[in-house]
Amino acid sequence: MARKTTRSKTLKTTRKKTAKAAAPAPQNQQLTGAEALIKCLEAHGVEYIWGLSGGAAIPIFDALVGSKIKLILVRHEQGAAHIADGYARATGKPGVVLVTSGPGATNTVTGIMTAQMDSVPMIVLTGQTISPMLGKDAFQESDIFGITMPVVKHSYLVKKTNDIPRIVKEAFHISNTGRPGPVLIDLPKDITSAPFSGDSLDPKMDLPGFNPPDKGKVSDIKRIAKLFNASKRPLLLVGHGAIISRASEAVKKLAKKMHCPVTNTLLGKGCFPETDPLSLGMLGMHGTAYANKALTRCDLICSIGSRFDDRINGNNAEFCIGAKKIHIDIDPAEMGKIVQCDATAVGDARLILEELIKHVKPLDTKDWLKELDFYKKEYPLKFSDDKGLTAQRVLYDLQQITKGKAIIATDVGQHQMWAAQFNLTLKGEKWLSSGGAGTMGYGFPAAIGAQFGCPKDLVVAVVGDGGFQMTLFELSTIFIHKLPVKIVVIDNKYLGMVRQWQELFFDNRLSGVDLEGNPDFVKLAEAYGVKGFHINKVAHCHERLAEALKYKGPALIHAEVIKEDNVFPMIPAGKSAYQMIIEPPSKDQKLEKPTGST
Amino acid sequence: METKNNIHTISLFVANKPGVLIRCAQVFARRGFNIDSLVVSPAVNPKFSRMTITAQGDPDTLEQIIKQSAKLIDVVHAEEHSEEETITREFALLKVKHTPSALTKIKKMLPIYNARIADQSDKVVVIEQAGTSGELDSFEKEMKPFGIIEMVRSGKLVMAKGVEET
Repeated sequence: MARKTTRSKTLKTTRKKTAKAAAPAPQNQQLTGAEALIKCLEAHGVEYIWGLSGGAAIPIFDALVGSKIKLILVRHEQGAAHIADGYARATGKPGVVLVTSGPGATNTVTGIMTAQMDSVPMIVLTGQTISPMLGKDAFQESDIFGITMPVVKHSYLVKKTNDIPRIVKEAFHISNTGRPGPVLIDLPKDITSAPFSGDSLDPKMDLPGFNPPDKGKVSDIKRIAKLFNASKRPLLLVGHGAIISRASEAVKKLAKKMHCPVTNTLLGKGCFPETDPLSLGMLGMHGTAYANKALTRCDLICSIGSRFDDRINGNNAEFCIGAKKIHIDIDPAEMGKIVQCDATAVGDARLILEELIKHVKPLDTKDWLKELDFYKKEYPLKFSDDKGLTAQRVLYDLQQITKGKAIIATDVGQHQMWAAQFNLTLKGEKWLSSGGAGTMGYGFPAAIGAQFGCPKDLVVAVVGDGGFQMTLFELSTIFIHKLPVKIVVIDNKYLGMVRQWQELFFDNRLSGVDLEGNPDFVKLAEAYGVKGFHINKVAHCHERLAEALKYKGPALIHAEVIKEDNVFPMIPAGKSAYQMIIEPPSKDQKLEKPTGST
Repeated sequence: METKNNIHTISLFVANKPGVLIRCAQVFARRGFNIDSLVVSPAVNPKFSRMTITAQGDPDTLEQIIKQSAKLIDVVHAEEHSEEETITREFALLKVKHTPSALTKIKKMLPIYNARIADQSDKVVVIEQAGTSGELDSFEKEMKPFGIIEMVRSGKLVMAKGVEET
């Protein structure tokens, strides 16, 4: 996968000297814009670039020859973006994508939007037609700067070769400072081909409007502590922001000091270990019944890096009625966006919690924890083997084998919710899932990115038969790079989540959900050189899963599960936690159509 | 500033960089705010620009819009301004039909409305006027009977009173 040559090493040193000497150097020894770009990426510690080449990006691909950055050729640009996303979530470092102009660039849009919705740092480099042809409908010209504007944290259209180092430096700073997000850099071919004559590859940044907060105001934090100290039934709600700010230890200390139960969002999984007795697991639409019960009963809820989104707060008017509400977030725009809070602190979650711990008292929550234990016993997550192999059985067995030690990347749909329920996550970096965007096709490439970033970890992609088929061509990528990613395809031959809604709320009028005629996934894997395993019975599920996970190379586990199964508990979209459906409704029970967002 | 019809005046101090205008406009458009007028001009330091935007929409959404605008990398600060704290002015050009007798009447009105003739030809006269939006509205009403052929207004310009930064 590396492209190292000794020749290029000598070339690089001469080029570096030339760059410092700048203008007077002869043309052939001068850096091009593309070479300056790659040097800057190297200086930012970039290990990998995931991309797909094309005409407008050739100068950049050319500059990668001999670079210490490993270029990984994907099969589709969406794959590159999700791989970079998975790498970023697993390592905390921005993932870098390099694609060409036009369709190459537009194919990354879903991946960029996915990263933006979930606050994932990413740098997307797009080739562009030559500057004089901009706006003239040149071959493979697309206004990617304009197209992506609503889904990036920031973006650049480079107009001068000498601006490249500053823009790259700013892009890295922006993408991973404050609330992270994707930054796009559109690079016209004449700009990357032209000689670089700037003074420095490490110039000053020019970002007068970008000053994200770090530690919160002590007065705000004291106000929060006061509310906690008066609470009898407090609840911590941990989101992705807590993981991004590496606040895990602080959350643990805070929870333990106050004897306060903790629930987490889908993306907050693992920040507080889900095996801890104080953990209630995931809350929300398909969260645990006890987490949602806690939501209805708490007298204080404190969100740490979550944005009260509509999967956990379907009906804002009825959200935690009577409870004091606290919001800790680094993004001031999240304050009051959905929930009006009694106290807020804007800043880095870890720094705020470290200060908050000093001001809170141990609380007497015995009765509260006893009540929650009752809910845990009364309404546990459960499934039955009666009708045959279920997704829950597969995911339960997966948890029994991996015990929270593997990195799990999920796709989107029923399997994602079951995985969230049954995989007890111990660390935030070990759970990758597209939450805000709900991007089908995310899981498998995200797992690839995680495996690149964490080569020693066991990485498992849990995907559905629908979503997997959207990005499965990256099987080539794991085969070529010998990445031991394990793919568990939960195959129910349906787009199961939509089928569930149609069954429950639309009189079982199935429309556009039948995936009958799926390929033979084992043969498909083997066609790509990936080892295939097949599971279709409860009896051999655990054993075959264990065998497949032990396999040294890349492997696909095709789990054929019962076709019609529904995820419960469920809070229908637009409803409140108290309206949660815990048990499957009887056949003749009529449920009204959900009014909330999707 | 919350006035009739939920019209708000928002001032943005932005880095003078490509794309900043459309990024700001998108923040409004995505949330269903209709921009009534928008003025962009260089600040004292030419690296920055000032934008004054008047827009219609519900006040709850407005708070989000200001925060989301401020969050944009190139926006240094974003603020809503009330009429009491600011000097608000507009500029207008009106092309009005005239006859000799009408012209005499028009000319009499000009000083009252802080307006003057910018150009005069046989059949039409172009009048310029600076003032508050209310003054411009009133003058427009006065001119209507003569026959306004064209009108263009600059949109609101806003500056904070006293030492406070706009």
